[in-house]
Amino acid sequence: MSQSSLSLPQQRGLGQTQRRDAWWLQPLVVFLGLGAFVVYSTWAAFQGANYEFGPYLSPMYSPLLFDAGTLFGQASVGHHTWFGAWPAWIPAFIPASPALIILTIPAGFRFTCYYYRGAYYKAFWADPLNCAVGEPRNGYRGENFWPLLIQNIHRYMFYLAALYIVVLTYDAVIATQFQDDWAAKGGKMLFGGEARAGFGIGVGTLVMTLNVILLGGYTFGCHCARHFSGGNSDHHSKLPMGKKPYECISCLNRNHMKWAWTSLIWVGFTDFYIRMLAAGVWTDWRLF
Amino acid sequence: MPQVTFKVWRGNKDGGQFTDYQTDVTEGMVVLDAVHQIQAESAPDLACRWNCKAGKCGSCSAEVNGMPRLMCMTRMEDLPTDQPVTIEPMQAFPLIRDLVCDVSWNFEIKTKIKKFKPRKPDAEDGTWRMVQDDVDRVQEFRKCIECFLCQNVCHVLRDHHKHETFIGPRFIAYTAALEMHPLDTEDRLADLKDDNGLGYCNITKCCTKVCPEHITLTDNAIIPLKERVVDEYYDPIKKLFRMFKPKK
Repeated sequence: MSQSSLSLPQQRGLGQTQRRDAWWLQPLVVFLGLGAFVVYSTWAAFQGANYEFGPYLSPMYSPLLFDAGTLFGQASVGHHTWFGAWPAWIPAFIPASPALIILTIPAGFRFTCYYYRGAYYKAFWADPLNCAVGEPRNGYRGENFWPLLIQNIHRYMFYLAALYIVVLTYDAVIATQFQDDWAAKGGKMLFGGEARAGFGIGVGTLVMTLNVILLGGYTFGCHCARHFSGGNSDHHSKLPMGKKPYECISCLNRNHMKWAWTSLIWVGFTDFYIRMLAAGVWTDWRLF
Repeated sequence: MPQVTFKVWRGNKDGGQFTDYQTDVTEGMVVLDAVHQIQAESAPDLACRWNCKAGKCGSCSAEVNGMPRLMCMTRMEDLPTDQPVTIEPMQAFPLIRDLVCDVSWNFEIKTKIKKFKPRKPDAEDGTWRMVQDDVDRVQEFRKCIECFLCQNVCHVLRDHHKHETFIGPRFIAYTAALEMHPLDTEDRLADLKDDNGLGYCNITKCCTKVCPEHITLTDNAIIPLKERVVDEYYDPIKKLFRMFKPKK
């Protein structure tokens, strides 16, 4: 990697700038926001319990391949599980938490996301701290070499994340199917009346549905989706499905940062809401 | 008529310093007006490049209060004048004098990018037919006025001086305009990956932020080209499909 032979102004040191605005605010907010989410989701993933309540299942534990709840005192396997109880053949050194398996997909998708890359390079690696602000180091390899060459895996993460949206949509539909014991677990009818089993809408249903909408807006507005819907073609007039999908995805993509943050915060809140219900701290209100 | 202090960089490639100048600021003034006023009142030897004063020639690029801007498009009323306004030359290019940089490196880079190579003409009279839908996307890049503010703010050039291995956002967008053109048949992806250093861009979006023509450089030029490079060199499934795809 050759450096320039041009006679250039001296490089500025860490944080050196003539900028007068609060340039430090954006990387600080990203650092605190992403840092808080990583800490919370890691903590939640290691809990292995309190991830379902009635028809609700935390998005951090979905799809619930194996239910580890019985290992934590749960009487029976929950109805969200796909393959039953946590199997004995899984080595003991792997913590009994389905989230640890599941979270790698959304985490990988967000880690390789073009928006997040720009954001966390600034906030966590100061490369650069912000536009026109001096950096801490002279050497730079960018995404041209390993290990950051791995960022090119983003499209595969997108494929998996898109499947994940299907699973979460299924969960949101299931969240309308209340069981007999929902009221006994602490659920209450907002407008009175008897809590019957069957179709219903609770606050948790709305929380989970909004979660799918936000995650869908983020996932299907990603730069890879835009590429596949027409970005890879020089002839938009000849696209098999026409220009509309490309235009719709481009529309979502223009606000990719907003989708990224709102969906991130809402995933965390959805898990927290269901966790609070399962722990008996909050009450779930059912609209009908 | 408030008097404002300007800290203007004075010097050449061997060094320099900020020098304070005071001048009156009136309604409607832009930074370039203030610089001209300083030249007229107290520093006739202050070097400053300018031409159209309408944000279309891209000559008066500089850094105002630390941010790369066109001086002719930066209104004084948008700047805090209770403290000195700093004006300095761009940092990613060699300084000639005061506020004037040598931006010739950019034009040398441009000559190295493979030229437009259209397909055979569609009609016997040697003309082509294009659909507007196909050229909508590349027309955005044609708005570029080559002020090189995007090159200046890009930390790969500004802080890491990778001028030998990275062409910068301006020329990635220039390549995108050619590469995405419906008539073009040239392949520039190998050059982008190997010689032009597309992978050095780590998507800070600073180039998009400073572009006076509001060209969405990162989302519409850099990332789409990164994805095309992935298609060609890093996606094993695509490679597999290409292996079995019948040759035309």
